Amino acid sequence: MRPILAKGHERPLTYIKFNREGDIFFSCAKDHHPTLWYTDSGERIGTYLGHNGAVWSCDVTRDTRRLITASADTTFKLWDVQSGKELYSLDFEGPARYTCFSTGEQMCLLTTDAFMGHESCIRIMEMNWEDDSMRRVQDIYGHQGRITRAVWGPLNKTIISTGEDRTIRQWDVETGKELMCIEDAHKKTIQDLEVSLDGTQFITGSLDRTAKLWDIFTLEEKKCYTTERPLNAVAISPLLDHILVGGGQDAAAVTTSSAQAGGFEAMFIHKIYEEYLGGVKGHFGPINALAISPDGRSFVSGGEDGFIRVHHFDADYFQMK
Amino acid sequence: MPEAREYASMRLEDVVLPPEDDMGIPSEDEDDDIEEIQSETGFGSVIVVDNLPVVPPGKHEKLVTVVRKIYGQIGTIREGGLWMPVDQATKNTKGYAFVEFCSAQEADAAMAQTDGYKLDKSHVFKVNKFDEFDKFIKVPDAYTAPAVKDYNAKANLWSWMMDERGRDQFAIRFGDDTELYWNDPARRCSEEVYRRSFWTESYVQWSPMGSMLTTVHRQGVAVWGGVGWQRLARFDHPGVQLVDFSPCEKYLITASTQEPSNPRDSATVLVKMFNVRAGQVARVFEGPLSDFVHEGVSGLPWPLFKWAGGCDDKYFARMSKNQISVYSTPDMALLDKKSVKVEGVADFNWCPTAPILSIYQPETGNQPARISLLQIPSRIELRQKNLFSVSEVKMYWQSEGEYLAVRVDKYTKTKKSTYSGFELFRVKERECPMEVLELESKTDKIVAVSWEPNGTRFAIIHGDGHRPDLTFYTMSNKQGRVGKVGTLKGKSVNALYWSPTGKNIVLAGLKSMNGQLEFFNVDEFEVLASAEHFMCTDVDWDPTGRYCVTSVSSQHQMENGFNVWSFNGKLLYKLSRDRFFQFLWRPRLPSLLSEEQEADIVKNLRTYSKKYEVQDDELAKEQNQTNQAGRQALLDEYRAWQREAHAILESQREEREALIGHIPEEEDVDMEEVDIEEIIDITEEIISM
Repeated sequence: MRPILAKGHERPLTYIKFNREGDIFFSCAKDHHPTLWYTDSGERIGTYLGHNGAVWSCDVTRDTRRLITASADTTFKLWDVQSGKELYSLDFEGPARYTCFSTGEQMCLLTTDAFMGHESCIRIMEMNWEDDSMRRVQDIYGHQGRITRAVWGPLNKTIISTGEDRTIRQWDVETGKELMCIEDAHKKTIQDLEVSLDGTQFITGSLDRTAKLWDIFTLEEKKCYTTERPLNAVAISPLLDHILVGGGQDAAAVTTSSAQAGGFEAMFIHKIYEEYLGGVKGHFGPINALAISPDGRSFVSGGEDGFIRVHHFDADYFQMK
Repeated sequence: MPEAREYASMRLEDVVLPPEDDMGIPSEDEDDDIEEIQSETGFGSVIVVDNLPVVPPGKHEKLVTVVRKIYGQIGTIREGGLWMPVDQATKNTKGYAFVEFCSAQEADAAMAQTDGYKLDKSHVFKVNKFDEFDKFIKVPDAYTAPAVKDYNAKANLWSWMMDERGRDQFAIRFGDDTELYWNDPARRCSEEVYRRSFWTESYVQWSPMGSMLTTVHRQGVAVWGGVGWQRLARFDHPGVQLVDFSPCEKYLITASTQEPSNPRDSATVLVKMFNVRAGQVARVFEGPLSDFVHEGVSGLPWPLFKWAGGCDDKYFARMSKNQISVYSTPDMALLDKKSVKVEGVADFNWCPTAPILSIYQPETGNQPARISLLQIPSRIELRQKNLFSVSEVKMYWQSEGEYLAVRVDKYTKTKKSTYSGFELFRVKERECPMEVLELESKTDKIVAVSWEPNGTRFAIIHGDGHRPDLTFYTMSNKQGRVGKVGTLKGKSVNALYWSPTGKNIVLAGLKSMNGQLEFFNVDEFEVLASAEHFMCTDVDWDPTGRYCVTSVSSQHQMENGFNVWSFNGKLLYKLSRDRFFQFLWRPRLPSLLSEEQEADIVKNLRTYSKKYEVQDDELAKEQNQTNQAGRQALLDEYRAWQREAHAILESQREEREALIGHIPEEEDVDMEEVDIEEIIDITEEIISM
């Protein structure tokens, strides 16, 4: 497997998102410009200019027409994917962290960090696609410290969120009440959460060096994958029973050891047997973002080193037992 | 209620609190008072000197002067602190005296130094502390025989040696846990024997023959063993830091260094030697740190006492300024009541199999440096060698004590740089012949030296930089002399680990060399396997030389744990543990087979090994089946869950589709392959035939 190195960001990567078909993907980085790429060639299509701070995450509509981004400049912005035009901007009191469209894209959730006396918050917005605007529906407070991820539960009835407080919480969308809280879901900050493509399970990755697989209906812990490195990013393969995890030694400590010591490879683990399958080396800083294409035939990793690596699996990967 | 008083007319000095009740108000000077009273009435600093001559009144004065002179040298006698009672009837002295010192320490010193002091032939001092008299009075006059204790059968400490498949055990320590395992390479895993959290407060250590595991605590040391890992004995030593055993595990040595409360004072060292089976103190060494350390060395050298090999824990020795003190067991006393005088001694070692000392004295003035072999207890010098312009000397004994390699670093003529060579002693041969070995390139720095266990070869790493050379030498080449076996050029190696049975060696590039490993067969002079255990910090061969463990301890943040390899460099299994501290193979007892029996086994190895090969195959198969079954169970469980989940998903299908609305759930996309042909350019060219 020969990776394609896509160098388009000047600062560490933060998030990578495929569109539904998987032919293009979006990357967010601490420089201010979300970027659009071709999956096949790793060729850059364009950038979205307008943010004035690190961009933490993004989401794209099912039809790949609209992109929403969350930035540390305290704004969420809605973009026209094709033209790169900014359509709508929404300003909050604190840095914007995560965003995600609901099933059907009639709603959108946004999370903001605690800042200057304002608590961290999950905000539910209603989308108005006629004029590409949003209306505030509900604010949900409750997490201690930063909310790292928040996703829609089945049928948009609940929201599942994770944070620095090591908990997984489930919220009722209608009332904004907390339905369930799993204390100590992990031993340290939960860095990433991803729902499987079929919508039956989700995976969390934490700085406590473990990743866990959960039942999305019951919030039951199903599997626990232990590694030797702090994890920043996790992904579930839609094709094989594999998961992909990435992370590595904290960026602040990296210079004290060689690249190999950091554990900066992307690791494949068998989803059911919890066995280590193999690793893909390449980054020389921790991996911050991982995404597997919806067809399960490629994956993209983004590192603290500012590089995006696009990998297309070889035939023998699919023959692996 | 006490009646009210006018404050102004009250004198504070008159206020007396009821006795035994300070009303909860501690007085600032109270503590001082108590201390002083104790020193005056506790008699801690008073000694009683007995066996003084009985003298008539005229000689009182003279005797008092003599006693005052003796004790005045040791400490300060309190004013009026010397009193010699006089018999009222005869006016003679009673033959004893009381001496009070200014401090209890002085009294202790006086007692230690003058008990048994010979004033003259018939008057040998008997000195006791005054406080001890109470104790002596309480001794009953009638003898009562001590009750015979019931016999308690001790646990079988050797049970692990009876393992049917001849496996070895090891101990690991990580986080707050200590775990003991069987190494089970046939099944590619390790089998837990025992585990316990907070078993030790600092580290664990096997006894040299593996029968006991030592744990270290604030109060002292404990040893554990037997099948159930019960505590066998406790050895009291508050603040213990270092632990060591005699080679036949008869004695246990513990040491602690106490930092002084006053920084100007020297730290004090307490070393206790215990008889392991009896659990009793055999001897105590105590004194300021400076008594135990050599000049220019910080901290207590460990092991402080070195034990002679091959003589059943008979002798142990330690080095101090200009002498080596050899002690003998079981009386733990200085051998022949005097130390061996060795001017300027800097290092010494015991031969591992005989009571022979190798001693190094550095060059002083125009005295040459000297290496000597001294036999104990006869104190006969077997061999000695004088050397000039020496900068440093290191001594390496071969495990069987047949050879001693002495690495000598000498100054070049300009005294600016040094070069290395070896002096090799054949200790077991008559007259102890000696040979000199010089390196081919004299300027090479020697990084490591290691003898082949039970063998005649040794390996050295020499050279500078990241890729030094490695050379093997043998003590018996075709001429029966020292010769080179071969050199490996430019290896990234900084440590050598011989298999305990010889023949194989692991060349390791630890730490800064990222954990490069090479498994090397010296007989065939070939590399068996090259491997890497990233950031590996330690390499440990099992006691049989069949397996080798490489581990990453917690000096690295990540990837802590260990890998188990076969002797030929095949990775068998790994285990990762966060905050990994120690990996310790359990040592084995020496083999009971005679040399002939061992030779016979080697000769008929095929017939013997057949049985074990079959066993190994079966185990591997069995393990495979269990693994398969385990995987199948996991898979079934997962599938059941997924069936349920998808059923829920299916039941929600309509609702979901309604949510998505305008976008159909499963879009049918027609794919069409289109070939487009485009003519870019046509040129005509006439080719001449």
